[in-house]
Amino acid sequence: MDSSIYLDNNATTRVDPAVVEAMLPFFTEHFGNASSIHAFGSEVGKALKKARSQVQELLGAEHDSEIIFTSCGTESDSTAILSALKAQPDCNTVITTVVEHPAILNQCEWLEKEGYIVHKLKVDKKGRLDLDEYRSLLHERVALVTAMWANNETGTIFPVIEMAEMAAAKGIMFHTDAVQAVGKIPINLKSSKIDMLSLSGHKLHAPKGIGVLYLRRGCRFRPLLRGGHQERGRRAGTENSASIVGLGKACELAMQHMEEENTTVKRLRDKLEIGLLSQISHCFPTGDVSNRLPNTSNIAFEYIEGEAILLLMNKMGIAGSSGSACTSGSLEPSHVMRAMGIPYTAAHGTIRFSLSRYNTEAEVDRVIATAPPIIAQLRKLSPYWSDNQGLGGPAAKPGAAFTPTYA
Amino acid sequence: MWEYSDKVREHFFNPRNSGPLEEANGIGDVGSIQCGDALRLMLRVEPETEIIQDAHFQTFGCGSAIASSSALTEIVKGMTLDEALKVSNQNIADYLDGLPPEKMHCSVMGREALQAAIANYRGEVWSDDHEEGALICKCFAVDAVMIEDVVKANNLNTVQEVTFYTKAGGGCAACHEGIEEILAKVMSERAGPGEVSPPPACPATPEAPRPPSAKLTLVQKIKKIEEVLDAVRPMLQRDHGDVELADVQGKKIYVHLKGACSGCMMEAATLGGIQQKMIETLGELVQVLPSSHMPVEA
Repeated sequence: MDSSIYLDNNATTRVDPAVVEAMLPFFTEHFGNASSIHAFGSEVGKALKKARSQVQELLGAEHDSEIIFTSCGTESDSTAILSALKAQPDCNTVITTVVEHPAILNQCEWLEKEGYIVHKLKVDKKGRLDLDEYRSLLHERVALVTAMWANNETGTIFPVIEMAEMAAAKGIMFHTDAVQAVGKIPINLKSSKIDMLSLSGHKLHAPKGIGVLYLRRGCRFRPLLRGGHQERGRRAGTENSASIVGLGKACELAMQHMEEENTTVKRLRDKLEIGLLSQISHCFPTGDVSNRLPNTSNIAFEYIEGEAILLLMNKMGIAGSSGSACTSGSLEPSHVMRAMGIPYTAAHGTIRFSLSRYNTEAEVDRVIATAPPIIAQLRKLSPYWSDNQGLGGPAAKPGAAFTPTYA
Repeated sequence: MWEYSDKVREHFFNPRNSGPLEEANGIGDVGSIQCGDALRLMLRVEPETEIIQDAHFQTFGCGSAIASSSALTEIVKGMTLDEALKVSNQNIADYLDGLPPEKMHCSVMGREALQAAIANYRGEVWSDDHEEGALICKCFAVDAVMIEDVVKANNLNTVQEVTFYTKAGGGCAACHEGIEEILAKVMSERAGPGEVSPPPACPATPEAPRPPSAKLTLVQKIKKIEEVLDAVRPMLQRDHGDVELADVQGKKIYVHLKGACSGCMMEAATLGGIQQKMIETLGELVQVLPSSHMPVEA
């Protein structure tokens, strides 16, 4: 797959070779258990300490003990939500948003079945929150606010710093799912009122199977996993030492590449987006384009379906992802697109391009050249599209011309 | 990504008969509101013979929706309208060497477009009787609407019963939570306000049979057994299987499972379902066993 172009970095990233190199000794010579008293263990213990400080630095956390290693972003999210409810038994309400990742939404749905109250903040057509609505919901029975730092599908950034301050003013805990933001935009937790933050290693060139829950010192906490004394008793289970070391290294590299991410990667993303929008009619970027991650572009191609686009792009060696129903295994198109009120005929044709520092100018040029014929080919097949006199366009008032009987 | 057959991939990358058909005299426009896919099927029918001379499609949908549409046009070309009306969604899926369970609704949409196009040609109004819900059982492609309908119609109370009636939950068992939720919902509606009871746990052993009625003669008994088999046969045939009575020895009823049923991972559940119906119909405790269990005669 050497000539393949990987533009699905919000799904997962390639492990950086320097990360692999840092990890390898921890499978062989440094295989010890960090809890052991002998030399095999103490070497590992030192490495974990270093990794913890590397993560601390990337997050701008005040203390290294605020970093709890977990198995993934989902575990961090579940731990944060369940801890807030367990630690504050008088509170029964969680505030979140309609566009969260399933790691948050499905947990909240379960809590509702268990009798808790969940308020989901709505978004406007650009995916932005209404902070007045948010303010009106902050009351004494709220255990936790959980809002993502940046949206995985559109890259739209939420004002979590401001939201955390508003929550703190009412004495309410604030958690943010920052798996898409960490490593892409600067974060400085010690100057914020954020109490908990989730990150996932594999989104920033560390391996899969390692995550972090940041827990502000003094924030009431109840562990999800009880058992050994690992992570100061806040997350029992033998440390995944090789992956922790790898995540530490990845955080160090992310710090070094932060500027590149916001200049070079951003420029390539913009070039790609402008290149596609200028050549293809009836398509538009989704989300809040003026306030989003530097690596993400999500474009809705109207009147065609995302999986078909992905299959044809894949044939040409280009990897992206889609918010269409058919790629998810569910019948519904992306909840994020629906929340923004994007019509079905456009939501189904959304394609997310998410870049990384590994992408090149030549790759972007190739995508700009390859995508337009693919879109044209599929539109020819679409009943919503008409090819009048070679001038492509939606079939005279789509919906009027083509009105299927819906099951 | 999905595991698509080579045939699906081929029909997606090189769709047959795509685009408008100028002289079409039967057009079917259908869509699936849940997944958003939509399909226009255009037929050119020879009025004298009612033979479909040409068929074209336009599809807004995923790879398998486009492949299913392409396959459909190939299947119906040259058929009479009456023959075409017998084309099932399973025929379309079979033509493509199968579809992933999540994608079976694409073939359903194809069959509906065909019915709609023929109704359009005949000047009839086509109405859709098929409602589609979220996919619950991925092993056997059973959706929430179907489970709910079957639970309501047959007064079902347990996951095991749902499996007997629909096969849902008979494979990997990962969807049992989803089935229990549907059961709980229907049962609370059934119970009315104030007397909600949770669905009982899946019983480890079949429930005790009802007290036996007046004793049947062997001939009466075999007639009743055949009636039960006739009742379940259409369900099995839908999945390309069949069942036949092999022998009756006292309380043991031996059956041949044929076609796709033989060696199917659901064999035990199928027999369990048949056994349940036998016990209900005969009013006595019987065992339904595969013919392979018949004692070898000396």
